[in-house]
Amino acid sequence: MVLQPQGQSPAQGHEPGVDARGSHNGRSYLVGLAFALILTGASFWAASTSFVYAPAVPVLLGVLAIAQMGIHVAFFLHISSAPDQANNFLALVFGIFVTGLVVFGSMAIMSHLNHAMVSMDQLMQMQR
Amino acid sequence: MSATGESLEIGSALPLSQQGPAPTRVVAGFGFWLFLLSDIILFAALFAAYAVLSDASAGGPIGAELFDKRHVFLETLCLLTSSVTCGFGSLAVLRTDKRAMYLWMFATFVLGAIFLAMEASEFADMVSAGAGPSRSAFLSAFFALVGTHGLHVSVGLVWLLIMLLQVATLGFRPMVARRFFCFGLFWHALDIVWIGVFTIVYLGAH
Repeated sequence: MVLQPQGQSPAQGHEPGVDARGSHNGRSYLVGLAFALILTGASFWAASTSFVYAPAVPVLLGVLAIAQMGIHVAFFLHISSAPDQANNFLALVFGIFVTGLVVFGSMAIMSHLNHAMVSMDQLMQMQR
Repeated sequence: MSATGESLEIGSALPLSQQGPAPTRVVAGFGFWLFLLSDIILFAALFAAYAVLSDASAGGPIGAELFDKRHVFLETLCLLTSSVTCGFGSLAVLRTDKRAMYLWMFATFVLGAIFLAMEASEFADMVSAGAGPSRSAFLSAFFALVGTHGLHVSVGLVWLLIMLLQVATLGFRPMVARRFFCFGLFWHALDIVWIGVFTIVYLGAH
């Protein structure tokens, strides 16, 4: 009994999570694990070393995290930009777009409000 | 004109309009993928709240004093390894290999439970040290974000137990296999959220 029918047409799509090339030997999980371990190790190293120029550490951590998320999406979730995965890929792109909008939008608005707000001390001065 | 019109069809015997609906397997997987993306947007809101409030410690303890990087590294390893064992478990479901499936999914469950236990002990230590969620806005945002992730992991563990019971009682019928794949997607997505958590909350603490 085989649960995954063979030879489906590309136009009908491909569900996420199953390797599109149909290789069922788990190689992609091992490759993904190796990459993820390297990137995780690099993240923890970068956060605790003085070898990297300190103001650059947050940027480095961000790059490493985004790289590792990409590794997880490609090797564990098996999402790719192949033609039979257009639906999955477009949904992912939209998800990333909204996530970025929510996170960076909130941060920009709140830092602007912070900047524009009169501090409590100044407020007391003005009331005298 | 008509000669180029026919070459628009890519690699399929039938035109798209005559292929009929996609199989349930594809539709269910796509629907669950959409749910996961909306769940990640929920986490995005919590991440935004944390990013805004992470400096608002109200004179209380700050992140750098509270977090133990070694502890977080072990948690990360547990969750990452459980993601891989879950992948091997899904492959065993594809092969309808019951023994391998039980083995890999048991490993997934144990690693997930270790992760949860470590997180619970971290939370308990923080609360008993007076750094509970009511101490400052920073800690409220911390417990909301990390707690929601932990809640998702707990739900995943219950789901995994239910799936194991379903395989034991119903066997590998297509319906059960579909749910199993959705569980795998859920588990991998939680690992992706955890990358954000350990980078922004724990490693980004200053």
